[in-house]
Amino acid sequence: MTDVRRSAAPDSGLGQAAADGLIVAWRNLKRIPRIPELAIFAILQSIMFVLLFAFVFGGAIALPGYGADPAIYREFLMPGIFAQTIVFAAATTTIGMCDDVNKGIIDRFRSLPMAQSGVLTGRSMSDVVYNGGILIVLMVSGLAVGWTVRTDIVRFLIGVALLLVFAFSMSWLGIWLGLSVPTVEVANQVVFTTLFPITFVSSAFVPPQSLPEILQPFAEWNPTSTLSNALRMLWGNPNPYTSDSFPSQNPILVTLLWAVVIVAVFGALGVRRYRNMSR
Amino acid sequence: MAGFDVVRQAQQLRRVIGLSGQYAAVDENLTGRENLWMFGRLYQLPSAESGRRADELLDQFDLADAAHRTVKTYSGGMRRRLDLASALIGRPRLLFLDEPTTGLDPRSRLGMWDVIRGLVRDGTTLLLTTQYLEEADELADDIAVVDHGRIIARGTADVLKSQVGGERIEVVVHDRAAMPQAVELLVRALGEQPTVDEHTRKLTVAAHGGAQRLVDVVRELDEASIAIDDIGLRRPTLDDVFLSLTGHASEIEPAPGEGAAA
Repeated sequence: MTDVRRSAAPDSGLGQAAADGLIVAWRNLKRIPRIPELAIFAILQSIMFVLLFAFVFGGAIALPGYGADPAIYREFLMPGIFAQTIVFAAATTTIGMCDDVNKGIIDRFRSLPMAQSGVLTGRSMSDVVYNGGILIVLMVSGLAVGWTVRTDIVRFLIGVALLLVFAFSMSWLGIWLGLSVPTVEVANQVVFTTLFPITFVSSAFVPPQSLPEILQPFAEWNPTSTLSNALRMLWGNPNPYTSDSFPSQNPILVTLLWAVVIVAVFGALGVRRYRNMSR
Repeated sequence: MAGFDVVRQAQQLRRVIGLSGQYAAVDENLTGRENLWMFGRLYQLPSAESGRRADELLDQFDLADAAHRTVKTYSGGMRRRLDLASALIGRPRLLFLDEPTTGLDPRSRLGMWDVIRGLVRDGTTLLLTTQYLEEADELADDIAVVDHGRIIARGTADVLKSQVGGERIEVVVHDRAAMPQAVELLVRALGEQPTVDEHTRKLTVAAHGGAQRLVDVVRELDEASIAIDDIGLRRPTLDDVFLSLTGHASEIEPAPGEGAAA
């Protein structure tokens, strides 16, 4: 039997890690059209959120300084919906990762001479692409209910980049969670009980002044708030956050800091978890 | 293992091993070919080489017709074959198989055995764990019997079987009344006292000398006009070995086998 030539030297570092990550990402993305229900319902859910908030709360919530015009509320709402969707991106990752562990395919990956980080970076890359796709659908539905970008294309793209950077960081939270929970059902529960308060006690859907005082510092530093406010600032959408606090004055910076901290902490935890997994 | 330090040279080691577990670890939302191509790429084969190897294995494992269907649509046997093919994509020198035929129908099982025998013949070293002892008997050169995590016996199938006794003749007498006469005849013919099971009318006696002794016994029973329901030369199975070694039948049974070019 002739020996097979290998393209890369053993442990050739970054190049191999990137190549292996891309192959795993390819595999994750290939799955999307094969289970179309997943993507279809994710998109329907996003549209449903837009419609629910825009038309159920739209008439009831008055923005300080803007009056009770539902059209103004809808323009305020959309960046919040984008931010919430990206925070919930962790759920997709958690469930995908957990599913891979339970189906045994991770065992196979671990037996291969691939970069050990490849499974995790591949998951992260594919989920950023997936959420980018969901964002496009959301933006189109946003435009339909009256949301618009009032600044310029550069600031629009900076906003999109910020969303994707944050999606990247949330995917690492999802990776760690997905490797840590025993079943997909548990993954679902954990993700929803932790992420719901994070997305709702924020400036995503309501002006934070309306929150109980005790929750206000949490809401101010909450990355869902800083991300929503950063988008509103960048795109010229109504942003009734009048506080002088650091996070409300520097939402872009604080959002980026959050992203860095989340990647550093959960990236390290996730990698360690993956290395020590014995199933 | 295979000349590598399992801790310091884990990555080099992964290049020469193949692994196939109890559950088919393939992606059910990819096609058979996509699975193999992906594993080949992650085995660090170049893309074209990976594709060639995938097609080769799909042919070898009789999956060529299903190459472009998602694995979701595969039967249990097909998944198993694809899983084994995935383990072989990098032409491993050392192959680990964990219960490779559990849940397969007899025909798929025999097919799988053929494939595995072929691999071993071509020089792959195989470590097989199974609780299906007939499988160990068929495939393994060297068997280790494990009970509660400890190896309690080791050797070839023949060595293990001889530990629980050699060949024996079993006779089921048709008429209960003829049993004493049959016992007497067996003692005379073989020089050994048979064990008697009154209920099933079965006489079991050690038979040194194998098939020729069986022929003698059949002839003598016939001459004495003792009617029989069944007669046969039985060799102990690995099941007998396991039961006699452990005194119970519950524990799993790993049995490693080494290929010719180990």
